[in-house]
Amino acid sequence: MRTVLILSLAAVVLAACEREDRDYRSNPVTAETNEKIALVPLSAGPGGPTEQRSGLGKDYEENAYHISQGQRLYTWFNCNGCHANGGGDSGPALMDDRWIYGGQIENIVQTIREGRPNGMPSFRGKIPDDQIWQIAAYIRSMGRNVPKPAAPSRKDDMSPGPAEQRRPPGEVIDGGQIPPSAQMPQ
Amino acid sequence: MRRIGPFLVLALLPLGGCQGWQSALDAHGPAAGALARMFWIFVAVLATVWVLTMIALVLALRRRRAPDADPLATDPGTERRMTVTISIAIALTLVTVVSLTGLSYAAQKVLFAHKDGGLSLLVKGQQWWWQVTYEDAQPNRVFTTANEIHIPVGEPVLIKLESSDVIHSFWVPSLTGKMDAITGRQNQIQIQADRPGVYRGQCAEYCGLQHAHMGLLVVAESKEDFERWREQQISSAIPPTDDERQRGMEIFMSKPCVMCHQIRGTDAGGKVAPDLTHVGSRRTIGAGTLETTRGNIAAWIVDPHGVKPGVNMPTIQLDPDEVQPLATYLEGLK
Repeated sequence: MRTVLILSLAAVVLAACEREDRDYRSNPVTAETNEKIALVPLSAGPGGPTEQRSGLGKDYEENAYHISQGQRLYTWFNCNGCHANGGGDSGPALMDDRWIYGGQIENIVQTIREGRPNGMPSFRGKIPDDQIWQIAAYIRSMGRNVPKPAAPSRKDDMSPGPAEQRRPPGEVIDGGQIPPSAQMPQ
Repeated sequence: MRRIGPFLVLALLPLGGCQGWQSALDAHGPAAGALARMFWIFVAVLATVWVLTMIALVLALRRRRAPDADPLATDPGTERRMTVTISIAIALTLVTVVSLTGLSYAAQKVLFAHKDGGLSLLVKGQQWWWQVTYEDAQPNRVFTTANEIHIPVGEPVLIKLESSDVIHSFWVPSLTGKMDAITGRQNQIQIQADRPGVYRGQCAEYCGLQHAHMGLLVVAESKEDFERWREQQISSAIPPTDDERQRGMEIFMSKPCVMCHQIRGTDAGGKVAPDLTHVGSRRTIGAGTLETTRGNIAAWIVDPHGVKPGVNMPTIQLDPDEVQPLATYLEGLK
């Protein structure tokens, strides 16, 4: 009985040996994923808009390595120049629940890749595709729209707020909002 | 002897490190000279003290005690001699400690001496490189470079140290002692080179993943050479004339390089990363990581994290045929 117990315990320990397969330095010249995302649920005719997802998003936004890589790339590609630490500056806030162009990871990838009106530049051909996905996954983690174990803990720099991992889980509200500067004075 | 021989050779090997372009014992400036002098005096005094102590200890151990001696018996003659000996020992200790303290104070005076006039540089430690700004009363003569400092021989140069992220420490052993670069404040230290040469410096405060690859070079040269270098650094980059470098410049401008790097005289105006206006004139890239050659520049751009893991430069999207023109363009920025 004891032998069986020890053997099964050893087997359990061995099972932990499977290591997450990480792509540390992927080929920068990769083909980009082809996502077709609808921003509105309306379409001409019945059946709703056509969507095409590669299913890659889940791999990125549920993976701690990709999200923390995205965290580093976020400053390396100077996203913080406009969006600050997610609270927004000349660019909109990223840690709130409002998503002007959709808050799914595929939406964010498209936003980074194609750019958006009023200032968001297109990064197609400038950031390798897998890094765009990593940044998008990190942006999802800012409002804690990713699983808690995958969200980054505190980083080296001084942080204005709690680490992503310690933020309460967020929700995604698609659609823009009137910026405070355009609102009627109360 | 046969057994001791190899050990002797091994023990002498580290002595080889006492000279070279990064050694505190190979002093080439007044501050480093004061430090080296102090070091050798300390070594000599402390070695003498150690040897004397050891001799006294060995003598005491070898001396035989008289058999059946009464431990409580005292002899006025011996008592007097012991009092005198111990008093002399205490006095000598006091003299040694006081004179070494005085010596240390005198060396500090030389180390932190401030002479007016001369060049002043703003050196900003960043993870993991040095941003160097040459200050001047005329704003159009102020320029920024990275990781390589040129100074005229025999003149004091004021280094103003700042940091943008964590604590770094500026240390060029052949010229002066260490001085920390601390966020939110400015520390100052003056360096002076008495002989022309290239002196290597190194960040001396652990500052993260690539602390070891955060080197800098101080090039001390004659006044004329220095002025020539300064005029050339102040000037903007010369536009490329041949087709390959022209294409390299277009690639640089259309890729994310421009988001962080500056090349004066072009549209590239990023100030987050090292200024590349005259990158081809610098001896190394990546803060002393690699020599500046076209191949090394290409290797660095294609895979910065293979060369310097963790460096704050991302891998960018680049087609294979874009690497060569880009590296040629950067190498030619003399």
